[in-house]
Amino acid sequence: MGLTITEKILASHAGKAAVEPGEFIIARPDMVMGNDLSTAGAIGVLKQMGATKVFDPEKVVIVFDHLVPAKDIQAADLLKGVRQWVREQGIALFYDEGRHGIAHIILPEQGLALPGDLIIGGDSHSCTYGAVGAFSTGVGHTDLAGVLALGEIWLKVPASIKFTYHGTLGPWIMGKDLILATIGKIGIDGALYQAMEFRGPALATLGMSERLTMCNMAIEAGGKSGIIVPDGMTLAYVKERARRPWTVYQSDPDARYVAEYDFEITGMRPQVAKPFSPDNVVSVDEVAGTPLDQVFIGSCTNAKLEDLRIAARILRGKKAHAGTRLIVIPASTWIWNQALKEGLLEIFAEAGAAVSTPTCGACFGGHMGILGAGEVCLSTSNRNFVGRMGHPTAQSYLANPAVAAASAIKGCIAAPEEVGA
Amino acid sequence: MIRGRAWKFGDDVNTDVIMPGKYLAMRNPELIAPYIMEGIDPDFGKKARPGDIIVAGKNFGCGSSRETAPGGLKAFGIGAVIAPTFARIFLRNAVNIGLPVLECPAAAGIREGDLVAVDVASGRITDETTGAIYHAAPFPPFLQELIAAGGLVNYARKRLGLA
Ligand code: SF4
Repeated sequence: MGLTITEKILASHAGKAAVEPGEFIIARPDMVMGNDLSTAGAIGVLKQMGATKVFDPEKVVIVFDHLVPAKDIQAADLLKGVRQWVREQGIALFYDEGRHGIAHIILPEQGLALPGDLIIGGDSHSCTYGAVGAFSTGVGHTDLAGVLALGEIWLKVPASIKFTYHGTLGPWIMGKDLILATIGKIGIDGALYQAMEFRGPALATLGMSERLTMCNMAIEAGGKSGIIVPDGMTLAYVKERARRPWTVYQSDPDARYVAEYDFEITGMRPQVAKPFSPDNVVSVDEVAGTPLDQVFIGSCTNAKLEDLRIAARILRGKKAHAGTRLIVIPASTWIWNQALKEGLLEIFAEAGAAVSTPTCGACFGGHMGILGAGEVCLSTSNRNFVGRMGHPTAQSYLANPAVAAASAIKGCIAAPEEVGA
Repeated sequence: MIRGRAWKFGDDVNTDVIMPGKYLAMRNPELIAPYIMEGIDPDFGKKARPGDIIVAGKNFGCGSSRETAPGGLKAFGIGAVIAPTFARIFLRNAVNIGLPVLECPAAAGIREGDLVAVDVASGRITDETTGAIYHAAPFPPFLQELIAAGGLVNYARKRLGLA
């Protein structure tokens, strides 16, 4: 009986020839990620554990994203504590203010997430790195402390679900639309405890940015991980970034899947998740005309360079609607600099957008664009639960960056064609 | 044995409503405890008492990895959470910090306000108001070991040769 890519990666990191879904293993990761919040939590737990040193400073990456630049005194003190700990531990892979960005974008971008890796991240969207063919999953800060102390973690081997995408992408259809349609179909616990393996002829045509978006939202279906078997596109992407060797695993033709879903995407319309759940998905046409107080183009889901290019293509020479605030937050410092050089930031500024330094910011209702009572926002992020972006009565719709840009111009939810795109 | 009144919640209770993002920079569980479940019921922290038990629908704790969600529930004194299924990061976090979580679809029969007794070791759930008895699925042996060790902190201390 064959194995899936997920089973092969887990077996190799547990020192086994093969593993079975449901089996408990102790695995040794290639890379462990902590962000500002989870690292701060883990530092306290490490003390309780009596661990004075991380297992291997070269396999640890710390990224500031949620609270950076410090949003208040509490945040400033938290960041200060983490900085000091990073220095004491001799961790070189540290993305502090000035190099910062959202962890899930920094790791692939900087070549720290590679094919065949096992990566444990102290944040739920750590499933993003599956886009390069790694097994990657999110944990809380006690688990993060455990893996930092021991260099190993217990995992239950997940069963895999196969998602196959057929057909050709229409204009303005992005990875976001494919994953929203998928979550809409299976629900927010549709892949609970399981690995989501994305594949198929349509997926093969998607660039890395779109694949990252899809794996990013595996957790929104309850998935333990999202993964895509590496192909030529993946290898071209990692070759120019990697600083260490990697291993390409494939799923065997006779590998076992607990479920299989097929999607025909020819003719698909842009998808929108309505409040208050990422699985509350409809076509953009069903919600077109919904008035918006704010449009947020940001987050680890859709603030990559490719996302910003698409938004800029629509916003070029146009203005955001007078009644709608537009906030644009590039996902990393590298992306911000690149967007500056390409003139994208200028396009956003001239459209009347507030353009910020990279941060999670508004995505989790932290800072930089919190919603007031009853306000309505369209966001390119991944979650729209009650109170996610601010007041419990505020509402968020989730969509791709092209829909976000068009909606900012119209002041209401709009398909890109409606603004002549 | 844990004993308390039942509070009922629906399916897919997510971590944004269990512990909203605005409290994430507050690291002391005692400080955030009064705000648990604020996104569903702003008065929950005033109405509930330490020892009370949450009986919820499927996929409890979905969403972010924030440990302030199970941490806040534990710091408040919530005795146990019973649900048909839990989101996986929430389940890991709860086991790691010692918040009792029990998977039991049949326990949906418990009504709000019923007095409920939970024996975590055996998974036996007794609705003392109605007399109904339910049995939660036992955890796999590996997790039982971790729970018996007193959570991940003690487990790690042992692995590090410190305990
Ligand atoms: S951008 Fe949003 S979803 Fe992504 S890591 Fe930050 S807070 Fe989490």
